[in-house]
Amino acid sequence: MPRRIVIGIRGVGHRIIESVWRLGYAARFFSLILLKSGTSIRRFGLIIRELYFTGVLTMVIILVSGLFVGMVLGLQGYETLQKFGAETAVGTLVALSLVRELGPVVAGLLFASRAGSAITAEIGLMKATEQLEAMGMMAVDPIARVVAPRFWAGVISMPLLAAMFSAMGVFGGYLVAVVLIGVDEGSFWSQMQSVVDFRFDIVNGIIKTCVFGVAITAIAVFEGYNAPPTAEGVSGATTRTVVTSALVILGLDFVLTSFMFRGVG
Amino acid sequence: MTTNPLVEIKDLNFSYDERAILKGINMTMPRGKVIAIMGGSGCGKTTLLRLIGGVVSPSSGYVRVDDQIVHELGRDKLFSLRRKMSMLFQFGALFTDLSVFDNVAFQMREHTDLPESVIRDLVFMKLHAVGLRGAHNLMPAELSGGMARRVALARSIALDPMLVMYDEPFAGLDPISLSVIGKLIRRLTDALGMTSILVTHDVHQSLEIVDYVYFISEGVIAAHGTPSEVRGSVSPFVHQFIHSEVDGPVPFHYPAEKYATDLNLENRIA
Repeated sequence: MPRRIVIGIRGVGHRIIESVWRLGYAARFFSLILLKSGTSIRRFGLIIRELYFTGVLTMVIILVSGLFVGMVLGLQGYETLQKFGAETAVGTLVALSLVRELGPVVAGLLFASRAGSAITAEIGLMKATEQLEAMGMMAVDPIARVVAPRFWAGVISMPLLAAMFSAMGVFGGYLVAVVLIGVDEGSFWSQMQSVVDFRFDIVNGIIKTCVFGVAITAIAVFEGYNAPPTAEGVSGATTRTVVTSALVILGLDFVLTSFMFRGVG
Repeated sequence: MTTNPLVEIKDLNFSYDERAILKGINMTMPRGKVIAIMGGSGCGKTTLLRLIGGVVSPSSGYVRVDDQIVHELGRDKLFSLRRKMSMLFQFGALFTDLSVFDNVAFQMREHTDLPESVIRDLVFMKLHAVGLRGAHNLMPAELSGGMARRVALARSIALDPMLVMYDEPFAGLDPISLSVIGKLIRRLTDALGMTSILVTHDVHQSLEIVDYVYFISEGVIAAHGTPSEVRGSVSPFVHQFIHSEVDGPVPFHYPAEKYATDLNLENRIA
């Protein structure tokens, strides 16, 4: 067999082994976070502080994006539905699109870009400047003191942000369809209310956001904590957080959707 | 008070990826002394501090601190030992999201149940000792290099440790800050009755303040002695190090092929 092919196969093998090893390492890291979450729960103030950085500071981009996504949905929905004389169903279309798919997914993508990248960069820089090692030398576990509060803050923030995104989106759809175009307000709200199901649409949407919240924040803290302690290492880790989170969100969304909405009208 | 040395290092070997960093190190560090570990960059000085702190484990041999073999300790016992020691990192490693006050108060809040009023008084006393009581409200980003090092020093003595390790405390400091840090290390060691281990390559400043010096070269102890013994040493390595000579036992050139071979001159001459 030519040497080039052997080298190629060996390279692929190495990469697969490394990926599996990294996945196992990430699972172990994730278990450690859960095991060492006691401090965060006992001292909830640590999580509150991180909730501000992770949740409150992400609200602006979530609310503005939600408004525009809702407005675009209202506009596009109206354009299509009016061809069939069903323009009053625009409220249903906007609400279902948001609570089932766009709310969790787009909010997740925005959350990964804004909060996930910030978490990775902050932890990565703390590592690069020896702050984590200094903490360990002071007999304070950095996973319990730095990683776990950020993880739980992310897990708590994500569903709340996604709910805000969807609510703002519905308001955006209302602005365009009812206020701007003049669709009947009563039909807009009543159709939405009758079609959107609490259990199948809203609860499933919330489950998705919780899963995305865990996935994004776990990726962010893992990448930050394991970033090579150099400028290049931290920038690479930040990029990996955003790219991996985006792919994981989209992949998980497909899996969750296929389980959740089987046979649901 | 026990007379055993606070730190005892015996036949210590440490390898990183099969590359031997430290080879058969033996050291004794008595209580209440300032001990310097000197050597060129990359000779394993910082690794030695990490071994004393239990951050890494030796390949063979041991480090005994306060009658406990560090690498044999479980996590809880190691953390309990670490509460009695502290480390000043090369660039301070201050927590950048906390103010100067909160940095110094960090360990007190994490490890004690002291009321905030007592913590406040203690922090001011520690900051006063390093001359930065007036800077308690500043953030680490607002400090100069020398000030950051002094805050880190105040933080490292926050819980009155028995052992403080300093990793290159003089690196990158102007002459005034350098002298201030040196004098503070000596003064605080004497005042608090602690033991200080100084990893440095600043010969002149260190010899002013330390009680004993170890020189490490290529992973082994090349020489050791009191400052006066070291100054009078005839060892070529110590001579080169103290007098900052460019070439000597520590060669100027990194090992390489023959110069003529690299310049492709041999074939042409032939």
